[in-house]
Amino acid sequence: MVIIMQTPVQDIEPSAIKARVLAILHTVLDPEVPVLSVMDLGIIRDVQLHRIHDQFSIEIFVTPTYSGCPAIDIINMHIRMALLENGFKEIRITQVLSPAWTTDWISEAGKDKLKAYGIAPPHYRQNVCTPDAFQEEEAVQCPLCNSYDTRMVSQFGSTACKALYQCNHCKEPFDYFKCH
Amino acid sequence: MTIPYLLHLADNALVLGHRNSEWCGHGPVLEQDIAISNIALDCLGQARNFYQYAAELSGSGATEDTLAYLRDVTAFKNCLLLELPNGDWSRTILRQFFFSAYQYFLYEQLQQSSDTRIAAIAEKSLKEVTYHLRWSSEWVIRLGDGTEESHDRILHSLDYLWPYTGELFMPVVYETTGASEGWVIDPSQLKKSWEEKVFAVLTEATLETPKEVFMQSGGKTGRHTEHLGYILAEMQFLQRAYPGAEW
Repeated sequence: MVIIMQTPVQDIEPSAIKARVLAILHTVLDPEVPVLSVMDLGIIRDVQLHRIHDQFSIEIFVTPTYSGCPAIDIINMHIRMALLENGFKEIRITQVLSPAWTTDWISEAGKDKLKAYGIAPPHYRQNVCTPDAFQEEEAVQCPLCNSYDTRMVSQFGSTACKALYQCNHCKEPFDYFKCH
Repeated sequence: MTIPYLLHLADNALVLGHRNSEWCGHGPVLEQDIAISNIALDCLGQARNFYQYAAELSGSGATEDTLAYLRDVTAFKNCLLLELPNGDWSRTILRQFFFSAYQYFLYEQLQQSSDTRIAAIAEKSLKEVTYHLRWSSEWVIRLGDGTEESHDRILHSLDYLWPYTGELFMPVVYETTGASEGWVIDPSQLKKSWEEKVFAVLTEATLETPKEVFMQSGGKTGRHTEHLGYILAEMQFLQRAYPGAEW
């Protein structure tokens, strides 16, 4: 792990390095929803710098959205590549599982981007996250025509994190980034 | 004792995930094909988390891949229920429901495990299992309380699967040892909650609660039905024929 940029490390504040890392992470996009950065998604739990002699190593703590999300390995690779491209040489990526990721960690900016992309953003603290059958669904707003007259077609959509909906008003099918 | 238990949890998830993945492209309707494939992916992800931990603990050069691809039938510790053939949609759904209900109560307890890594995987997995349980419950009710044919089919599946549900709650040595050391719960303690949930859904599905029957067991200690060998033959073929192959 380790080592940073061409500038001698004693000339750089750790906080400035961390800010730089975070700025780079804002450019790393989710391959499945390529309008959201890993920061928007809330899957970056921490960035730590470890001093080794006169240099720093970087450790990024990442949490998966779903255990089986096939994008996990790609996202980790993209994070590593983005940092390498910016002069950081060796990076450690550590997976954390607890606390478990929740859609509440998606940023407000991220939710706006989702809607603009045609995916209904997750509700804040949806209350149907229990195993009881046939619960009444909360109304999900159509990201295309803004109608609340929509219906769930399936709890499972094109990726693990989405449910499939259809708008009764404009008839368009759409994805809902489901509460988790 | 931790490693055999982790392998048990991982094998459960992997084998069921593989069975569910057999539906990919064959589901009764597109949305449900996608649903069962999503559940297969969640199972696979959970299996990976447990295999990775087991590999780290074993420290013998094992990886998640060697554990999944290079062990033979008798080394697998999954419950027999999970390796049974998919049969029709009703059998797949009912099996998923039985097992999701089990996982739901198991992971709920494992969140309090004194082993923080197991607790973290359980916490993560529980959120996914909640969706699986809800979805499979709805399908059991839909089929049981559906048409004459769907009712007959799921009734037939109930008869077929029920003798394999008892094993979930029969503790084997790695569970009793783990329970005495505080990092796992004795699965027999989950039976009451499981039965309450399962019987409530079966009742709503207009299905009679099954009578007491002889319960099959052996999977947790490596004595499997003939079906597991065929699963492994398919799943492990590539790594056996072309060791180390990657893409």
